[in-house]
Amino acid sequence: MNKTLFEKIWDRHVVTTLKDGTVLLYIDRHLVHEVTSPQAFEGLRLTGRKVRRPELTFATMDHNVPTDDRFNIKDPISKAQIQALTDNCREFGVRLYDLQSDHQGIVHIIGPELGITLPGTTIVCGDSHTSTHGAFGTFALGIGTSEVEHVLATQCLPQKKPKTFKVEFTGKTKAFVTAKDLILKLIGTIGTAGGTGFVLEYCGEAIRALSMEGRMTVCNMSIEAGARAGMIAPDETTFQYLASENRPFAPKGEALEKALKFWRSLPSDPGARYDRQMVMNASDIAPQVTWGTSPGMVVDVTGRVPDPDGVPGYGRKDVEQALEYMGLKPGMAMTDIKIDTVFIGSCTNARIEDLRAAAEIFKGRKVAKGVRVLIVPGSQKVLKEAEAERLDKIFKESGAEWRQSGCSMCLAMNPDQLQPTERCASTSNRNFEGRQGKGGRTHLVSPQMAAAAAVAGHFVDIRSWK
Amino acid sequence: MTPFKNHRGVLVTLDRSNVDTDQIIAKQFLKSIARTGFGEHLFHDWRTRADGSLDSDFPLNQPRFKKASILVARNNFGCGSSREHAVWALHQYGFQAVIAPWRENPSGRIPAFADIFRNNASKNSLLTIELAEAEVEEIFQMAGRTLCLEATINLDEQRVTLHLPEEISFHFEIDPAVKERMIHGLDDIGITLKEEKTVRTFEASHQTQMLT
Repeated sequence: MNKTLFEKIWDRHVVTTLKDGTVLLYIDRHLVHEVTSPQAFEGLRLTGRKVRRPELTFATMDHNVPTDDRFNIKDPISKAQIQALTDNCREFGVRLYDLQSDHQGIVHIIGPELGITLPGTTIVCGDSHTSTHGAFGTFALGIGTSEVEHVLATQCLPQKKPKTFKVEFTGKTKAFVTAKDLILKLIGTIGTAGGTGFVLEYCGEAIRALSMEGRMTVCNMSIEAGARAGMIAPDETTFQYLASENRPFAPKGEALEKALKFWRSLPSDPGARYDRQMVMNASDIAPQVTWGTSPGMVVDVTGRVPDPDGVPGYGRKDVEQALEYMGLKPGMAMTDIKIDTVFIGSCTNARIEDLRAAAEIFKGRKVAKGVRVLIVPGSQKVLKEAEAERLDKIFKESGAEWRQSGCSMCLAMNPDQLQPTERCASTSNRNFEGRQGKGGRTHLVSPQMAAAAAVAGHFVDIRSWK
Repeated sequence: MTPFKNHRGVLVTLDRSNVDTDQIIAKQFLKSIARTGFGEHLFHDWRTRADGSLDSDFPLNQPRFKKASILVARNNFGCGSSREHAVWALHQYGFQAVIAPWRENPSGRIPAFADIFRNNASKNSLLTIELAEAEVEEIFQMAGRTLCLEATINLDEQRVTLHLPEEISFHFEIDPAVKERMIHGLDDIGITLKEEKTVRTFEASHQTQMLT
């Protein structure tokens, strides 16, 4: 039978199907962070259970980490949560990349960097953006804390087989149109529940042309379309990424040759069937900016804040509530929206390529008066690479703040937060109410668009901006 | 997990689509390492005004809904973050069930609940009930006309009944495996651990691709 990429991975991880129809799926990698794991470890303690495969389990701390002075955590509750992870990892024998480690970073950034994320594997993490790892041809899904405990104890996850949804991006993207714009456009088209119950497989010329960084951005936001996971078939770009640098957990030499043979067998077979398919023309896609409080509330940068009755997939009331929260009026040009803050970071857009793209814009320019700009590398490795390329100098000279690695203002569990009514151009993944701080207003954009907005003080169409 | 018992309680409506888990439990409350204490922070940013006072317009702040235990909202409830704290907050506040509508769409039915939220709920005795859009609309209408509408949820018979002068009932579908586990309050991990031999056999031939 002709199989999809997803089915090939699923089939080789089915341990058994229980009498009630639940599939026990084997998990090859379990990533752990400080926020969603303490109650899971506590559950193990209470039941006298152990971590079944500690060597397949990797932990880091990212959500609570201050990005200015990381060793000086002022919030005692944040500090306790980070300490709890340290203690739990020691007690249960789990490898931890803590704040002292050169490998610390946002969990979805360090997994690929270290070669933990490999094609054909299953990965889980108590974090919805686990979908990021699908960029490698991995079945990667976000889970809750009960499931974290389940995987720690059994290395298996009870699952129902999701449906498959093929999204093909045909054609070439135009200059200054990025992976972020492709995925925001898709979410705007199918809606934030359009992918619920499905695994999305992205393919087509525009996806093939993306770097691994770009592919991770696309897969990262699959959850924003409600999808169980997002995936991209591995190809030479993937293999090059895994073989080119020192990735401690990626195979080398003979093992790599053997792995390559397996990885090349993963892409969907010709004629494989999907439950749903759609085609988007990438060459028609413009830079995207969100205007509301749901990632599907998005328009082209050349567009306007919509009329409450004119938004597909959202009712009048949804739009009115969003516009009120965002302090916007229908008909306003997106490029007239002024911003106070710019955040370049997060598991969506804090990889080296994102920082290089932002630096291109900042180079020789100054941040607009009154605008605060935070640039937060996704990991210590990204930080060091950026500094070796002197990108930090470009950022600082233009007036932006260069920070240490962590989740930062993406979810504001640490000191990086918006104040009420502050408006932010953000490269993160969610524009929910209060996401970046209570009352804060978030507009999701690509790193290039965020950088240009920082310089101009408002959104600009980067394609025609001088 | 505690078994889900048939439940009669006060129903409260929240006229919102895409209620995300950031709204259900805001990030500042995720720092706790305990599994309890989340109920009082449910919908914090919607319940409180900027000055910290309670917003009396928000349904849960109204005295008549003080003991509400069945929440009815619009579609795509629980989207966003995987935080199970959202389910803990709803359940610890006192909610036994959440009702939301699926949506018909040219490309198929769009589920009422986000995947991860629904999974998390099923592991904490919080029942997620999917009904048709028209049925949920009817519940909104009835609740709007009643000071304090009560409903009974019978999981065994997969039925929601509104206690009006003339009772109205709605049938709902549920995954039989989830129903079984919820009715009996089964321990998921315990069930998997019973498969230890099968797991060992599987592991003997499975390649995790981890370097040794």
